Amino acid sequence: MREKPVTPELAREHGLSAGEYGKVREILGRTPTLTELGIFSVMWSEHCSYKSSRVHLKKFPTKGPRVLQGPGENAGIVDIGDGLAVAFKMESHNHPSFIEPYQGAATGVGGILRDVFTMGARPIASLNSLRFGRPDHPRTRYLVSGVVSGIAGYGNCIGVPTVGGEVYFDECYDGNILVNAFTLGVVRHERIWRGTASGVGNPVVYVGSKTGRDGIHGATMASGEFDEKSEEKRPTVQVGDPFTEKLLLEACLELMRTDAIVGIQDMGAAGLTSSSFEMASRAGTGFVMDLDRVPQREEGMTPYELMLSESQERMLIVAKKGREGEVREIFEKWDLDVSVIGEVTGDGIGRVRWRGRTVAEIPIAALTDQAPVYDRPAVRPEGQDALQRLDPAGLPAPSDLGETWMRLMACPEMADKKWVYRQYDHMIRTNTLVLPGSDAAVLRIKGTRKGIALSVDCNSRFCFLDPFVGGMIAVCEAARNVACSGAEPIGLSDCLNFGNPEKPEVMWQFRSAIEGMAKACEALGVPVVSGNVSFYNETMGKGIHPTPAVAMVGLIEDASNRKVQGFSAAGDLVLLAGADRLGLHLGGSLYLKEIHGKVAGTPPPVDLAHEKRLLEFLREAASANLVSSAHDLAEGGFACALAESCVSRPGGAIGARVRSPFPESSRPDFAMFSECQGAVLLSCPPEKRDPLLDLARRFRITMKELGAVGGEHIDIEGLARVGAAELRTAWSEGFAAALGLEG
Amino acid sequence: MKTAVLVFPGSNCDHDAYHALKHVVGVDAEFVWHKQSSLDGFDAVVIPGGFTYGDYLRTGAMAKLSPVMGAVRRFAEGGGPVIGICNGFQILLEAGLLPGAMIVNESLRFVCDYVHLRAETERTPFTRGIPAGTILKIPVAHYQGNYYADEPTLSALEERGQVVFRYCDPEGNVTGESNPNGSARNIAGICSEKGNVLGMMPHPERCAEEVLGSADGRRLFDAMAAGPGGRSG
Repeated sequence: MREKPVTPELAREHGLSAGEYGKVREILGRTPTLTELGIFSVMWSEHCSYKSSRVHLKKFPTKGPRVLQGPGENAGIVDIGDGLAVAFKMESHNHPSFIEPYQGAATGVGGILRDVFTMGARPIASLNSLRFGRPDHPRTRYLVSGVVSGIAGYGNCIGVPTVGGEVYFDECYDGNILVNAFTLGVVRHERIWRGTASGVGNPVVYVGSKTGRDGIHGATMASGEFDEKSEEKRPTVQVGDPFTEKLLLEACLELMRTDAIVGIQDMGAAGLTSSSFEMASRAGTGFVMDLDRVPQREEGMTPYELMLSESQERMLIVAKKGREGEVREIFEKWDLDVSVIGEVTGDGIGRVRWRGRTVAEIPIAALTDQAPVYDRPAVRPEGQDALQRLDPAGLPAPSDLGETWMRLMACPEMADKKWVYRQYDHMIRTNTLVLPGSDAAVLRIKGTRKGIALSVDCNSRFCFLDPFVGGMIAVCEAARNVACSGAEPIGLSDCLNFGNPEKPEVMWQFRSAIEGMAKACEALGVPVVSGNVSFYNETMGKGIHPTPAVAMVGLIEDASNRKVQGFSAAGDLVLLAGADRLGLHLGGSLYLKEIHGKVAGTPPPVDLAHEKRLLEFLREAASANLVSSAHDLAEGGFACALAESCVSRPGGAIGARVRSPFPESSRPDFAMFSECQGAVLLSCPPEKRDPLLDLARRFRITMKELGAVGGEHIDIEGLARVGAAELRTAWSEGFAAALGLEG
Repeated sequence: MKTAVLVFPGSNCDHDAYHALKHVVGVDAEFVWHKQSSLDGFDAVVIPGGFTYGDYLRTGAMAKLSPVMGAVRRFAEGGGPVIGICNGFQILLEAGLLPGAMIVNESLRFVCDYVHLRAETERTPFTRGIPAGTILKIPVAHYQGNYYADEPTLSALEERGQVVFRYCDPEGNVTGESNPNGSARNIAGICSEKGNVLGMMPHPERCAEEVLGSADGRRLFDAMAAGPGGRSG
């Protein structure tokens, strides 16, 4: 069989620019074969090469005393003491999930799980960050149902709890949903494995599922915009097999307890290509692979297809020479395919053979080091000033504040997400101490006193209005969430979802958001240890709000001191920490969007020095057991934070009677629903009041006493009063109702 | 007492059951790979939850063919205590060690949540000392937990005292609202005619410690560990 000859047109169809194709020819000193063209096109795709983002990603702080592995590996790893570490990463699966929601989301979960256990870590928890179009968009209900059941189908089967996440709706996602999946695993320091192909002569071993034609060019698809023909790309979406992945997980962890291997990497995006070339690149070695030895699911597959397939549940292992037998024994026990397909060489060339011929011969360093890097032009959008203009005085005041309050609490953004997380097994592995529905989930680490707090956050309205401030807020909110549970933020992973980077306005959003995030990370001392960039989230030229989702990992030294957002008991006092951070900020607020139909203004200001002190104060307050609950003020402002603490109480809704923290002269609707950064609603037993206030003074945190928990009503004196049970009903039924889903 | 925790391809609550037995209750526990064909030396058997063979065929339909199931059958026939939890229950149904079948939840969705159970009989080795009428708070997590049997079978189960748990509200009332999956007669768990084999959809191993939100599940393992004499051993 002859391969199609490679022409500049074919290269263009593969997503390579004329300049990039020229570089390919220069590196090879000849015209590439079709297989080589395929390899270059996926390795140099935006998805794999980060060519448009790399110059900016360098701005993130990635080091710290706890960081054992920063970006560049399958997952980042952070030390949690006592010889233990956590490995984690977040990744997008946006395009596939829009085309085929169940499989797209499922394989997103499968991919991120592999990224974590390939490092030697046992996955213990997953999160996800989801963005859909308008709740009443004709496709939204289908997408929500499909994505949620896809995440459930994969995560539940493999037995890793999905413990939290976020779900937002906005028309900017009508044609481009976001599905970002995060997984965290635990590993002992000495059991950490990396994707490296060192040791000339060592065998390259393929394990896991057989290779089929699914997912060919998935990475390239993820690197282009959508158009009306995107539906036709359904065949590029992979199909997940969580059962096989469960076997793969157990087999890999069993193998990693031996010392029979030197490196391992999952075959994710760009499959066999990226795993083999990246592993050799990290080690500075070469390899030779014989594709005839690759276990195949279909007949007549070409070398091009074998190298580019994104069939799921596969791993590439470099074993120690002579130890192949041990690898084989373990994988055969788990009924998985295992095949030695090549070996490590010392010449720095990646050689791929098929039916006795060499079908690709590529200098690896050139492929990876000379990958294109673009510092693309960035321009502040012309409309940005107009977008930031807002005249709050011109907004009509609602006639019934209680009714407005109920409406906000019942809107899908605020409403209880139980419809979603009830479908996720969030308790398996029996580590989940704080179940979904609080600011952060908390998991115990068995055999220690430690707990891990997890939260994923991004307010994309703020990022749209001011990407720099929005980026700072994404980091601060996620950090505040884990601190509310009593944890110290120790590292984060991000998933940067943006539009087309070739548009200078999008590039400006991207650059600004990264700079904002980086500044916040520096100030809070939180390193970015892993992450992912998803560009081209556009359909028919319309881009999404910039959405840099931040997954924050926090450490609680003694998990028995964890806190939740829900109030605990009647009689507890209600206090506001960071009261000086309040302001009648309406820009980008939920109130402005839901009630007045506007996304405008500027996000609330951030004081990073305050945030840093607040995080420490919250942790101290929790570890000294001075507070019963902690919940940060976010969407919906003071009134909604208060309401959430009342209705999300584990034992059922409870009322509260408080004063407004705003001056009496403030416009009532603004006092209730304006948003701010750096304020947290606390509750404590009366006898803890004085020590709590002392502690706040030590950290220079301004406190305001507002009232007490108890009664059947949630009452903000002089402003509004609603029945706690009534509000709870509206809040718990709002999500399914807004989407027309069965409850 | 030594307990076998069976491990099939796709079992995923095996570690949880092991943890509850060994580290919470304090009985000896050992994983038993599904290809083993003997359970000699074990005093009780736990078939944990999971997705054996991915549930790609009917739940439990593949696992019942594993060599270890022959040993489970002999163990059960000899009167040994066997508990199948969630997928373990489904395997026991497929193996014919318990009557009836599982169908997809009425909601057509996976459900993970805390539910309440009303204990109906003390006759099993796992409910000895848990008087009928006791209310337990235990989580469920399944997609196919909608217990089905024809009417004569259901009536026979009730007459012979083989219904061990029913879904109920926090006050113990067996209502439609408190039924998380549509199970016939709110059945959450049943036992064999002799009472030594128990199958249940809820997960006692997930609520064996107060720190997880409930320790009610521990009572089943404590009962098992105490044995007929009522003493732990």
